[in-house]
Amino acid sequence: MKISVQNLTKPFGAFTALNDINLEVRSGELLALLGPSGCGKTTLLRILSGLEFADTGHILFDGEDATTQNVRARKVGFVFQHYALFRHMTVFENIAFGLRVRRTGRPSRRDIHARVEELLKLVKLETLASRFPSQLSGGQRQRVALARALAVEPRVLLLDEPFGALDAKVRQELRRWLRRLHDEVHITSVFVTHDQEEALEVADRVVVMNKGQIEQVGTPEEVYHHPASPFVCDFLGNVNLFECRIHYGQAYVHDVPFELHNAPPQDAQHAYVYVRPHQLDIQRELGGPNSLPASVRLVNTAGAQVDVELLTEWGQIVHARISHDRHRAVRPQVGQTLFIATKEMKVFHA
Amino acid sequence: MKIGWKRWSVLPGFGLAMGYTLTYLSLLVLIPLAGTFLKSATLTWPEFWETITSPRALASYRVTFGTSLVAALLNAVSGLLVAWVLTRYRFFGRRFVDALVDLPFALPTAVAGIALTAIYAPTGWVGKLVPFKVAFTPLGITIALVFIGVPFVVRTVQPVLEDIEPELEQVAASLGANRWQTFTRVVMPAVWPAVLTGFALSFARAVGEYGSVIFIAGNMPMRTEITPLLIVTQLEQYNYAGATSLAVAMLVVSFGMLLTINALQWWGTRRHLA
Amino acid sequence: MTPQQIAERATTEPRWIRWTLIALALAFLALFVGLPLAAVFVSALSKGWAVYFAAITEPVAWAAIKLTLLTAAIAVPLNLVFGVAAAWAIAKFEFRGKQVLITLIDLPFSVSPVVSGLIYVLIFGLQGWLGPWLQDHDITIIFAVPGIVLATVFVTFPFVARELIPLMIAQGTEEEEAALTLGASGWQTFWRVTVPNIKWGLLYGVILCNARAMGEFGAVSVVSGHIRGLTNTMTLHVEILYNEYQTAAAFAVASLLTLLALVTLAAKSAVEWRVRQQLKAARHSHDEDLLT
Repeated sequence: MKISVQNLTKPFGAFTALNDINLEVRSGELLALLGPSGCGKTTLLRILSGLEFADTGHILFDGEDATTQNVRARKVGFVFQHYALFRHMTVFENIAFGLRVRRTGRPSRRDIHARVEELLKLVKLETLASRFPSQLSGGQRQRVALARALAVEPRVLLLDEPFGALDAKVRQELRRWLRRLHDEVHITSVFVTHDQEEALEVADRVVVMNKGQIEQVGTPEEVYHHPASPFVCDFLGNVNLFECRIHYGQAYVHDVPFELHNAPPQDAQHAYVYVRPHQLDIQRELGGPNSLPASVRLVNTAGAQVDVELLTEWGQIVHARISHDRHRAVRPQVGQTLFIATKEMKVFHA
Repeated sequence: MKIGWKRWSVLPGFGLAMGYTLTYLSLLVLIPLAGTFLKSATLTWPEFWETITSPRALASYRVTFGTSLVAALLNAVSGLLVAWVLTRYRFFGRRFVDALVDLPFALPTAVAGIALTAIYAPTGWVGKLVPFKVAFTPLGITIALVFIGVPFVVRTVQPVLEDIEPELEQVAASLGANRWQTFTRVVMPAVWPAVLTGFALSFARAVGEYGSVIFIAGNMPMRTEITPLLIVTQLEQYNYAGATSLAVAMLVVSFGMLLTINALQWWGTRRHLA
Repeated sequence: MTPQQIAERATTEPRWIRWTLIALALAFLALFVGLPLAAVFVSALSKGWAVYFAAITEPVAWAAIKLTLLTAAIAVPLNLVFGVAAAWAIAKFEFRGKQVLITLIDLPFSVSPVVSGLIYVLIFGLQGWLGPWLQDHDITIIFAVPGIVLATVFVTFPFVARELIPLMIAQGTEEEEAALTLGASGWQTFWRVTVPNIKWGLLYGVILCNARAMGEFGAVSVVSGHIRGLTNTMTLHVEILYNEYQTAAAFAVASLLTLLALVTLAAKSAVEWRVRQQLKAARHSHDEDLLT
């Protein structure tokens, strides 16, 4: 099912949680709402579900106006951040709840049983059906919550920070599992996260939000490689930021010229260059333009790549991430002055 | 859908629940209380003032507040001791003793009253052992008030003592504090608001107490007559004006103490959070 | 000294202090709580079992017992429904003036029992606001059973509500919201999700409410009129017997109330543990909240 959000605005007192949001969720896609806490992503998700209502704007489900539909009529599956499992019910009863409370068209006992069994299999919890939520691990609870939401055959699946309360390892396993699950069931899904890695890894498309507004919508590749704003650039991964001035298609960082490729921006006295650590290289010699001297402060080789921290002549700390091969070739030593160079960068006007 | 004083929620039933709550509260509590204040307003000020400052009334305040204060102080000290022993030490019958602390809550006050009188009367178990009179003196009233106040301090202090992490005391010890220093400088500051709240609760309860006191008090005007009993006496003499005036005076005092207790509790939780 | 002893010394007291404190605490409780408890039963049986049974089976005593049970049977359910409604409104919704409402609900606890009775006399009594009207219509409330019930409802008013409010605040609204997203109606959500989550707190409040309802003395004494066999509750019956120097009989009836208090304490201890578990579980999921 397709969801259209049109001109949605939601104030909470003097604070505007959502400001004129427009968004299309495509049928069958897995969409991530990404942003820092307080950016309005959870509010947007709750408005989609009917747990909150916006003051102005419309929500269309497959072109049909659902703006004033209440939460029961919307038929959405909602997975809460802390799962909100019914603590006095077993896993089985939790999953069966939505079927049992149906007023019209309640399935027979046997059908409910079969459906729950099927869902338990889907989330790989067949053996835990008679456990209570307090007897489950975080990851297992998460999967029960998901199965419970899917049991009512919702039109859309909405997940609020689905992996937020889990530890790092379980988190990674579970998000890959969610991606595979989505490829199996193909239900239109929206999930909220503040973790950019999670959004980039799992989602078909990512909506980056900040202060109640949408900064950018795009595939993970698009938002990562072509950030539309300094915020997006900053939020999606570590980034080095240099103050610069733009003159005739060149950026001058403390008078060191950097060539700008693809569509050089207009001249400006104040602009910012954004460079990700992995886009920086370290060289022993001055390599013409796009290269500036800096002294090595720290080298950390314990990892898939080598992290180098450098200090520029004007006292700015720069993070570079290079391969082990490159590290062996350059051999940066603490205290040594080297040259940092880059080919890719992103410029935004101040 | 949007009302200014309430945040919208998807959960149903607010109107019904709130409406019922306010109606029930108004009918049973607020209107009767307001009616009492209104009734007292039908008296003239000198009438009212004369009643609540008559020598007999003043003597009853002295008895009521004096014995309540002494009892609450005693409860504060012994309540802290009992709470400490119950949370920190393991001994045979601890759970039983812990349950027994609540007996004064559960035992009807009249029963407590006659039982205490039987014990402390001149012929009673304790009364015949001591060389002075206990029952039918202010001392007897104080004992009854100590009895009904036992749970207040224990039950406010106990959870706070349970919540103090052992690490805190271990750190103090590792920094060279001896046990007494640890207690006075680490433990006491944390439980102090709770002790004070428990003291205030037990004092407030004692001031209004009736059932457990009237049997042991002797009820001699000017000497062992408490204010609640004076109200009943006025009522039995069909002196509604007098009873109302004294009741209003007591209500004002109770509300003042309620506000104080709320402020103390607020202070306690705030310190607890910080 | 072993290392363990050294470590213990840092965080606990020497053995002799420990035992002194325990002895002091137990002596205090024995003197003030244990002794009265023993006195009730010893005095009740001081004239033998025959007097004891006669005292608790005489018709007037029976009438008092029945009135006490009737009063509790009306007051407790009323305050139970009120407590649930108030806790639902206060714990599950955000609105202005919530703290004031909680304070107002607690109000009856800070009013002297005597005054609690008096306020109804001033409204429904002959001299009261509605007195003349009630007399014209031949309705008696004061010095009759309705007055006793009203006074009892007043003094037991906050018990259920104040047990449920903190519990339901700690539990939050997520489970109810989840039920609604799964298609449950408001009543289904309440009965299938909320009620099972608060059942122990509810029971706890009811136990306390019932104990006070059956044991109330001051407030009931003011509104009752002390008519034997008609408006005497058990506690009032005890008072009358005691004032008539029928000490053994007074204590015999008192011993029934004391047994009720002991049963209350036992039930309370049993339920308290469950309530704490529920509260802990609710707080625990909140702590997880704070971590992320």
